[in-house]
Amino acid sequence: MPSLKDLKNRITSVKSTRKITKAMQMVAAAKLRRAQEAAEASRPYAERFNAVISSLAASAGASDTAPLLLKGTGSDQTHMLVVMTAERGLCGGFNSSIVKLARQRIQALKAEGKTVKILTVGKKGREQLRRDYADLFVGHVDLSEVKKIGYADAQSIAKDLLKRFEAGEFDVATILFSEFQSVISQIPTAQQVIPAKFDAPEDGVTTDYDYEPGEEEILDDLLPKSVATQIFSALLENGASEQGARMSAMDNATRNAGDMIDRLTIEFNRSRQAVITNELIEIISGAEAL
Amino acid sequence: MAESFQFDLVSPERKLASVQATEVQIPGADGAMTAMAGHAATITTLRPGILRVVHTGGTDEYIVSGGFAEIGGENVSVLAERALPTDEVTQDAFDAMVAEYRAAHEKALENFKNEPGPVDDAARLLADMVAVGTHMGLSYRE
Repeated sequence: MPSLKDLKNRITSVKSTRKITKAMQMVAAAKLRRAQEAAEASRPYAERFNAVISSLAASAGASDTAPLLLKGTGSDQTHMLVVMTAERGLCGGFNSSIVKLARQRIQALKAEGKTVKILTVGKKGREQLRRDYADLFVGHVDLSEVKKIGYADAQSIAKDLLKRFEAGEFDVATILFSEFQSVISQIPTAQQVIPAKFDAPEDGVTTDYDYEPGEEEILDDLLPKSVATQIFSALLENGASEQGARMSAMDNATRNAGDMIDRLTIEFNRSRQAVITNELIEIISGAEAL
Repeated sequence: MAESFQFDLVSPERKLASVQATEVQIPGADGAMTAMAGHAATITTLRPGILRVVHTGGTDEYIVSGGFAEIGGENVSVLAERALPTDEVTQDAFDAMVAEYRAAHEKALENFKNEPGPVDDAARLLADMVAVGTHMGLSYRE
């Protein structure tokens, strides 16, 4: 049975832990709001962009001269997985669930006899994957110094990826990130970016556009940008997911700490009463013995 | 009063403008063009330049680079990789943009030694960017 002193120390320590988790929860809530705003602000661009490029791809993509980024290299032997995770932990299962998806992918691809390469974005994913797949790593993007994710960050990742593609390092690139659904639900998602895959344009009215310069030049110009755009949206979704996951994890932690404090306080009070009863018995039996 | 149409200017990070415009001057890759209501449906890529929007409340100017414009009969959307209202452009921001094009030009010089095409293209983009700065009274620093 722990002494009164021990219990008291324990309670103080859990109380300060609760303060920290509470503070982290509030910080995450504020950051989540900002991350959601950023994700929302980027949506009009991404939507318009995809609409235009998918109609372009549909009309120009079938030809033999279509850019490699669209039709692919003709093989799918080497796969590049871009695993996007957070730079920090303490956000529930956020990082682990992305890594889990990555592991599944890697296993599945390996079973098919494909070559897999990994590019990680965010420290946590690299740490977890390095244990098993250190030999597959080709690079890492460090975003720990980045306060607010900007388009330039996505551009530099895209540039790196495109450079590797042009150098023939891989045939297919997939990004893995977590899609933000709500504070309690984030869905790990895999999305193929190279060769580009677009939803078929909605049926119905398709406008006949004049293209300046030609259709294919525009496609050539826009496809690399589309990679950057997709990475940018993924980064923003990931940012919102991370904060959402952290917020709910910290909310749980705060609640658990509260429960623990309650339990410990009851135990503390019981022990104190036991000590008093003990002392009383000692005094009374001492008096009786006289 | 000229007929108006919906005009949107978006960059990946934010929506810069969404107004009823009467006239939009776009720095297209094949030359500047002015879009008014009823313009033939066109998609054009952008070169660095000034985008001028005339609407009921006055005229707004934006510096844009990279991206494309989609012109439909009743709406015009410009999707620019970089876009800033001209009064928000500082010398530093301008330097950063120029630096990007200069890097692209140098890279083109390196990669395409015997092909003038890509090098000229990159040089033209760089010159466009510098011209935008001159237009706004910002100097080009080596």
